[in-house]
Amino acid sequence: MSHQIVPVKTYIVVFASLIGLTLLTTGVAFIDLGAFNTVAALVIAFCKMLLVIFFFMHLRHSGGLVRVVLLAGFFWLALLISLTMSDYRTRSWTPTPDAWSTTAPPTHP
Amino acid sequence: MSTATLEPRVQAPRNYLNADYGWKSWLFTLDHKRIALLYMVSITFFFMIGGFFAVLMRIHLIEPQGALVQPETYNKLFTLHGVIMIFFFLVPSIPTVLGNFLIPLMIGARDLAFPKLNLLSWYIYVIGGLFTLYSAIAGGVDTGWTFYTPYSSTYSNTQVTAVVVGVFINGFSSILTGLNFIVTIHKMRAPGLTWFRMPLFLWALYATSIIMTLGTPVLAISLFLLALEHLFHVGIFSPALGGDPLLFQHLFWFYSHPTVYIMILPAMGVVSEIIACFARKRIFGYKIVGFSSVAIAVLGFLVWGHHMFVTGQSVYAGLIFSFLSFLVAIPSAIKVFNWTSTLYKGSISYEAPMLYALGFIGLFTMGGLTGMFLASLATDVHLNGTYFIVAHFHYIMVGGAVMGYLGGIHFWWPKISGRKYPQGWAALAAAIIFIGFNLTFFPQFILGYLGMPRRYAFYPAEFQVLNVMSSAGASILGVGYLIPLIYFIWSMRYGPVAGANPWGAKGLEWQTSSPPPPENFTQIPVVTEEAYAYAAEEKTSRG
Amino acid sequence: MADAHSAQVQTKYAGLAHQFEDLAQQHDADTLGIWVFLVTEIMFFGGVFAAYAIFRWLYFAAFAGGSHLLDIRLGAINTVVLLGSSLTMALSVRSAQIGNRRALVFFLLLTMILGGAFLGVKAYEYHQKFVEHIVPSLDWAPEGDVLARLAPGGLDHAQLYFFFYFAMTGLHALHMIIGIGLLLWLVLRARKGSFTPDYFAPVEVVGLYWHFVDIVWIFLFPLLYLIGGRY
Repeated sequence: MSHQIVPVKTYIVVFASLIGLTLLTTGVAFIDLGAFNTVAALVIAFCKMLLVIFFFMHLRHSGGLVRVVLLAGFFWLALLISLTMSDYRTRSWTPTPDAWSTTAPPTHP
Repeated sequence: MSTATLEPRVQAPRNYLNADYGWKSWLFTLDHKRIALLYMVSITFFFMIGGFFAVLMRIHLIEPQGALVQPETYNKLFTLHGVIMIFFFLVPSIPTVLGNFLIPLMIGARDLAFPKLNLLSWYIYVIGGLFTLYSAIAGGVDTGWTFYTPYSSTYSNTQVTAVVVGVFINGFSSILTGLNFIVTIHKMRAPGLTWFRMPLFLWALYATSIIMTLGTPVLAISLFLLALEHLFHVGIFSPALGGDPLLFQHLFWFYSHPTVYIMILPAMGVVSEIIACFARKRIFGYKIVGFSSVAIAVLGFLVWGHHMFVTGQSVYAGLIFSFLSFLVAIPSAIKVFNWTSTLYKGSISYEAPMLYALGFIGLFTMGGLTGMFLASLATDVHLNGTYFIVAHFHYIMVGGAVMGYLGGIHFWWPKISGRKYPQGWAALAAAIIFIGFNLTFFPQFILGYLGMPRRYAFYPAEFQVLNVMSSAGASILGVGYLIPLIYFIWSMRYGPVAGANPWGAKGLEWQTSSPPPPENFTQIPVVTEEAYAYAAEEKTSRG
Repeated sequence: MADAHSAQVQTKYAGLAHQFEDLAQQHDADTLGIWVFLVTEIMFFGGVFAAYAIFRWLYFAAFAGGSHLLDIRLGAINTVVLLGSSLTMALSVRSAQIGNRRALVFFLLLTMILGGAFLGVKAYEYHQKFVEHIVPSLDWAPEGDVLARLAPGGLDHAQLYFFFYFAMTGLHALHMIIGIGLLLWLVLRARKGSFTPDYFAPVEVVGLYWHFVDIVWIFLFPLLYLIGGRY
């Protein structure tokens, strides 16, 4: 079996980075960056995920097939979220007739 | 070789059927071939229950005001007919029966990658089925198989939770089967069996497995959220509390549209195998047909919004989904062109499997073309919610998938059972099924175009003639389905013994005995030729 | 004959299943199998993440209000605990790779303990929600300061937020419980000496599952606890 044995030191360094990123994301939440708060949180989470995947889950040493499988998973999830969102985001592009109230329920005579 | 004088009671060589006896050897088996038979019995059982509900519906619809049941009961009939036929018959059918049986044989392996998971997936299927049967017995469900919210989550007081649990559990059976197939095809092919030497049936099942693994979890989560909403009424699908009913539909159809490809792709794979064998020709455009299976699997995930054109979905999202829906027709059409080209100048014979395959091509094409009307936004507004849709999907699911399943069973029955069945009766049954099917469902295209809504327990009197025609067709179709049941069971004891390769077909499964030994091959074969290497044998006699 | 051959193979390679030619093929198949399963889990959790994303976009103020009621320190601590358990899980796989049975058992037990600690904190957090009466449908009666925080975004929409909080962390916790069960199974097998440097696929498979569950939490923490910032 061609299985690389990852040195303990590598794992410790990765772990320390993960803790650091956790502290970072928590700290950034206390600073007002407007819409960028969400972006920052997601970017940091994404980096943490990559560290876990590549080092703890050995993707670094895994063949191409596993990487394709994982990419497919993320791609499909992106499809689900983006195409569904496209409905919600574009509903307002079609103007609603004035007679249709969006808050009060219709009253019947 | 003809062994017509062999008595059934002579000691048969050791095969997977006689290697072990007793109920434990069946219920605790790890042999993929026995598991395939366990599935075959179970899905036939559910087919009969789902078919029974269909019979009741067609009897009811003989009269414009309804001839049999109350409208509330009618709603439960069409709901459970849909749930059982889709989740407990069509989705498992070819993959779990023919796929389980044939994949290791076709790739030259002793079993699937994970035999225990295979058996587990059957038990999961049975448990899911029991929950669903319970929901039917305990009062039924009236939401439609689509479980649309907020009716299912807030207003219906039928057995929604029970049926949703049943379908949820059954989903894991699908996921495990797909996972097993993907790993098996990637990691267990015999020496020399490259991807482009594989039979197209394997390409089809591989594509199907991609859909099963990527799509079914989303069904699971949508049913999970539905059950939570039904139990706790928090409001995710309720407009009054800030929720959105369409969210359920997005999550539901994200799986349920690709699932129609789960149901049809394996049948297309079967058709490729049958056409190649009974035209004695390599499938025209082998690589394109293989890739088209994968293309259908991928594109099939991009079109779900075409079920929601008239629900209040954004018209711009509708535009995107409409365009993508037209695209997904292309790989299917490619297959039909390639099968037709294979038949051209082929050496064609009309055994029962071929009759089903040819019927498939015609009926699937009709069903697929009518899908184009529905993919088009404007015409869908008129046709949605009518019998046009019912006819459309039955042409594909029954005229396509069920015919493909029956064709496959007829093609591989000698391998599975070691026996042949009577050709005359088989051809007769195929003809009866074809006629009964068209008589049942073609009038429904007309009814839908004229405006008869689906899921209604009554209809305007002017539609009665067409409805009676449809019901008459259903009774003929029912007879057609019963005949193979009888002669297959008959053949297990009295059918002539089939040799290893009664059709003279290419493929590794035909290189081992009929029925195969428990370990499939005494020696793992080495593959040296391309798939469907029929070219050198145009005039070989078969048998 | 196939039986004699496989018997030979069995004694030489303890743990080789009959359908595989050798342990390498079996290990490859097991690894691919768990990755495919993890992709199904991505789609499963992904569905509820998609639903969450839509409602967060629709009702951001309500989601932020609800998020501010979560204890950010406990969330951060739990994140650190779970990351620690991923470290110990990776170290246990490594121990199996080099054939160190005592270290393997030690790190597996440590992973279980850290996982249990995570669940303990989670249970406390759930209890707090009952104390504050902000459990959707079961105990939804916010009052006082809690009510003041939630009212601006709309109480119905705030209830949606907490529905997602419970649904997503609940599903995650369920996966953790299953993971701890799997770890216990591994501990029992490891103590019997079932794993060797040539055969340790079950440890790796459970490890991959555990890391996946950790990754889900890596996203749950910012998405549930850090909405709208705390400034």
